[in-house]
Amino acid sequence: MNGILRIAFKLLVNDRGKFTALLVGITFAVFLMVMMTSMFAGILSRSSSTVTNIGAKMWVLDPAVNNVSSSIPMPDYVQDAVRSIDGVRYAVPLYSGGALIKLKNGVYQAVTVIGLDDASLFGRPELIEGKIEDIYAENGFIVVQDAEITKLGNPRIGTEFEINDHKGVVVGIAKANISGLFGIPTLYTTFNRAISYLPSTRFTASYILVEPKSKSDIPHIKQEVNKLGYQALTDDEFIQKISNFYKYQTGLGINVMLMTAISFIVGLSISGQTFYTFILENLEKFGALKAIGAKGHELVSMILFQAGFTAFLGYGLGVGLASLIIMSAKLRMPDYAAQITNLNLGIAFVMVLIIAGISSYIGIRRVIRIEPFDIFRG
Amino acid sequence: MASLAIKATNLAKWFGEGDARTMAVKSVSFEASFGELLYIVGPSGSGKTTLLSMISGILKPNSGTVLVEDRDIWMMESDELADFRLNKIGFVFQDYHLFPRLTTVENVAIPLILKKNDWNQSLKVASEYLKIVGLEQRAALPPVKLSGGEQQRVAIARAIASRPDILIFDEPTASLDGDTGRKILEFVREHILNETRCIIIVTHDSRIFEYAHRIIRMEDGRIIGEEHEK
Repeated sequence: MNGILRIAFKLLVNDRGKFTALLVGITFAVFLMVMMTSMFAGILSRSSSTVTNIGAKMWVLDPAVNNVSSSIPMPDYVQDAVRSIDGVRYAVPLYSGGALIKLKNGVYQAVTVIGLDDASLFGRPELIEGKIEDIYAENGFIVVQDAEITKLGNPRIGTEFEINDHKGVVVGIAKANISGLFGIPTLYTTFNRAISYLPSTRFTASYILVEPKSKSDIPHIKQEVNKLGYQALTDDEFIQKISNFYKYQTGLGINVMLMTAISFIVGLSISGQTFYTFILENLEKFGALKAIGAKGHELVSMILFQAGFTAFLGYGLGVGLASLIIMSAKLRMPDYAAQITNLNLGIAFVMVLIIAGISSYIGIRRVIRIEPFDIFRG
Repeated sequence: MASLAIKATNLAKWFGEGDARTMAVKSVSFEASFGELLYIVGPSGSGKTTLLSMISGILKPNSGTVLVEDRDIWMMESDELADFRLNKIGFVFQDYHLFPRLTTVENVAIPLILKKNDWNQSLKVASEYLKIVGLEQRAALPPVKLSGGEQQRVAIARAIASRPDILIFDEPTASLDGDTGRKILEFVREHILNETRCIIIVTHDSRIFEYAHRIIRMEDGRIIGEEHEK
């Protein structure tokens, strides 16, 4: 390490009280920012779980649909029209709706029912137990083994229940890539069984899943679907649409953004104030260094190093602490939705850089302005 | 005859403008030679610290020149001036300005580190200077664990560590008792002063006047008299 930076390092870490206060400030701020944004990321990820789990490349939907659970059924001709568009390899309907099931013990439980196209079973889940073809068996349903399965009394293959006065039998247990947002168990069945067992509107297809022949066909498919008065979105676009709904139309996003901003302000206040006090206490010493022959840029590098070192260490500790808490929470609460993403880490990192930048800017201004003559003059 | 270390000509410095202008130093000229222990003395507010700051490259005069080894230091750019102070001038501040969070030896090594020497090599050289001031046993302690006299000696070791030609002491005995002050000055004269070094001390402590080769007396920003060692 460069000698002058080593001096800066020793000045910083040997002042244990201030160094600890600085670290606590930044760690706490990073912890809060990562926790808030991670919870939000988790919520957003779960809000699109159906889109991710089904895995279709394109979704055709009513333009008014803004999240996957509030679908608007489409008439059958839309599916036929989509199938006839150039560049569509195939297009199948998907049913998505809510229902109440009555368990063996008499308890009613809300569930999400996904009805897969009978012919292709496109969007079928990966099974842990049972065989996918058993979905065609009489009253066959596949239960998703996620955090919510306990609400169905931990069913096994053969477990029976009632759904809208129809009998239902569990024929398979599926793995869920991402659990749902609302804490409701998910059942898969065929499209036809779904619309015959559950009370349906005149139109039955919640979505039409499209497999384009190639990526280059996607713009054309979108254009043609638009002409029908519907919207065709890629899976990423649909996820983004759902994400935008939660971010901008539910108040969730603004609340999380405010909490993140408050965390930033708390971190900035603690760290900025402590770092400024640290600089003030050492101001005469910096003046003495200047008198001895230290150049302005060397003093600036000392301060930037001190602020940067504290910021990066605090960032690491904050991220570590947040990860530990999220991991522990997930072990105890399977429903816990927090998810640390690169974007969360990036946001917290940028915020920490801003905290370090502002803190050091205040310090640098004081140090640059100190005249060695002031040291002589006392 | 000893060669000239500093030549100050018509130095003037004022603070403020208009009616608020205060003349701190009024057209002062003097010279100091290598091998000389020169005192600048005078009452508080006489301009001695301002004069010291101008000849050491810290405070720019409003008029006049300062030649150090025949170079006008106030014609230098700021980085060049910083290098000049680092290489040519050693400072012993009134309050020592030692870093309490560094060890004694690290404090002494600061000028060497500023001169881009390797950290371990700087500490090694600093230890030798601590030995010169008799504090090699205190190397690992922080300065706050040392007495006032010991801290003063650490400050001296730091000032001489970069082997400067000119040493500047600002009120070196202000925080010391009479005996310790005299011992410090005896030490400076016997061990720090040599034929290639000029030492300038600003003080108003008459108890240490006996160690000076020459004393310049200041009052109201002017030199009012000069005495030579008898």
